[in-house]
Amino acid sequence: MRGLFAGKTVPVLIVLLAIVLFWYVMAVVMNAPWQETLNGRANLTDVPLLEFAQQTWAQDKPVLPAPHQVAGGIWTGLFGSAITAPRSLAYHAGITLGATMLGFALGTLLGIGLAVMIVHNDASDRSLMPWIIASQTIPILAIAPMVVVGLGAVGVTGIVPKALISMYLSFFPVVVGMVKGLRTPEAIQLDLMRTYNASAWQVFAKLRWPTSVPFLFASMKVGIAISLIGAVVGELSNSAGGGLGVRLLTGSYNGQTIQIWAALFIAAGLAAMLVILVGWGEKLANRRMGVRA
Amino acid sequence: MTSVVSARGLGLTFKTGDGDVQALSDVNLDINRGEFVSFIGPSGCGKTTFLRVIADLEQPTAGSITVNGTSPADARLNRSYGYVFQAPALLPWRTIDRNVGLPLEIMGYGDSAARVSKALDLVNLTGFEKKFPWQLSGGMQQRASIARALAFDADLLLMDEPFGALDEIVRDHLNSELLKLWARTEKTIAFVTHSIPEAVYLSTKIVVMSPRPGRVTDIIDSPLPRERPLDIRETPEFLAIAARVRDGLRAGHSYEE
Repeated sequence: MRGLFAGKTVPVLIVLLAIVLFWYVMAVVMNAPWQETLNGRANLTDVPLLEFAQQTWAQDKPVLPAPHQVAGGIWTGLFGSAITAPRSLAYHAGITLGATMLGFALGTLLGIGLAVMIVHNDASDRSLMPWIIASQTIPILAIAPMVVVGLGAVGVTGIVPKALISMYLSFFPVVVGMVKGLRTPEAIQLDLMRTYNASAWQVFAKLRWPTSVPFLFASMKVGIAISLIGAVVGELSNSAGGGLGVRLLTGSYNGQTIQIWAALFIAAGLAAMLVILVGWGEKLANRRMGVRA
Repeated sequence: MTSVVSARGLGLTFKTGDGDVQALSDVNLDINRGEFVSFIGPSGCGKTTFLRVIADLEQPTAGSITVNGTSPADARLNRSYGYVFQAPALLPWRTIDRNVGLPLEIMGYGDSAARVSKALDLVNLTGFEKKFPWQLSGGMQQRASIARALAFDADLLLMDEPFGALDEIVRDHLNSELLKLWARTEKTIAFVTHSIPEAVYLSTKIVVMSPRPGRVTDIIDSPLPRERPLDIRETPEFLAIAARVRDGLRAGHSYEE
């Protein structure tokens, strides 16, 4: 028990409890007007407060679904139907995950490639960075439909357009982090390589790249989370392809708030899981590189 | 005796925002094979700059210099010197043996393992192969960096204040170890320091330098024997050389500035 209090578990649980309580209260407040209308139609008057609260927590299409309704939505979404069925949230999460991973991989490679160019080539250094920063000032919501529709017109559909949007978002933190990382070696270390008459490739492979690994992982943690956002935004533009974004979209068309919240939570859980995975990769790399624990 | 380093009228001027800084002016010097030459002087006297010119890390702007009979650039391309920096500059993600093996990897030596263990033996670091740099003390890290400079067996060792950051007890110990290493390997060593006892204890030749502009004010050939126990520093001969070095430094340096 003392161990629990010493660690993070108890504080986190207390915060969680406070959020859930607040949520239940807000569900009553936000669903009350519609519940009063319903009760008025049914000629129900003077409903006791507790009973009224329970009514607001059990609506079909509540303005704000109660936590247990969302939990139920997640449960039936994940386990209520076969994993290949279009009703299954697991199926849609799988589609989103695929696009996220492909986009993240492409974005990371692009980011590293651009960083290498910027660090090794003076002309790239002066010309590329402003464009890279400008690319991120364009609202992704405006560009995503054009990418999806445009690529669809030339026959590229499915996972690729979504992955490209993920890539567009996720290469940015990687390029910024890696430019910094590849420039981290000290003058004395670069002098050392020069006394060995090391080639540019050797300086990169044996000095610049290992020095930049911590920067790479920090960038990838940001990159993978926004990759998921990119994939979901891409799905909003193409409702035929499936994915969590499509569930969000159809949910909002049909007023299926429980479905929206369930999809949102699964997306958040997926992002958390991916960030944790990158964190594990980082720990593994640190152990191999002898970082002081 | 053959000359390993030979400088004639060597000068180097750095162009900076505040105008030109003359780091070296009219340096004439020969370093012969097997010598241990120390460069001593206050900061700004160009001792490190001169070492960096030998290593082709800086380009002279006047005069001429040869290293092993060729230009410093060719000497660097031939990998004919090992350089020890002020800081160990070990790569933190490599274990000690892989740090010492780094130049061998880069230069493409096949017998790397044998060379690494020989170099580590020379600096008494056998048994620490698999440690990471942070697991070693500062003195041991600097010894590892010396082993790295020795690993590819260049005849010339350039050392830029390698023990400057260490405390005096460790420094004494490393100085006597360095002398033994020099005797065993018969290398030519150019050694930058700002410690008079260190310079006198180690060197067969002491080059006294002074700043603004960086120049050589005195070159002292040491009469001390090659075999030097630590207590040689109490002998009259040692103290006489130390006094001459101190005079040279005082003559070249005005404290009124």
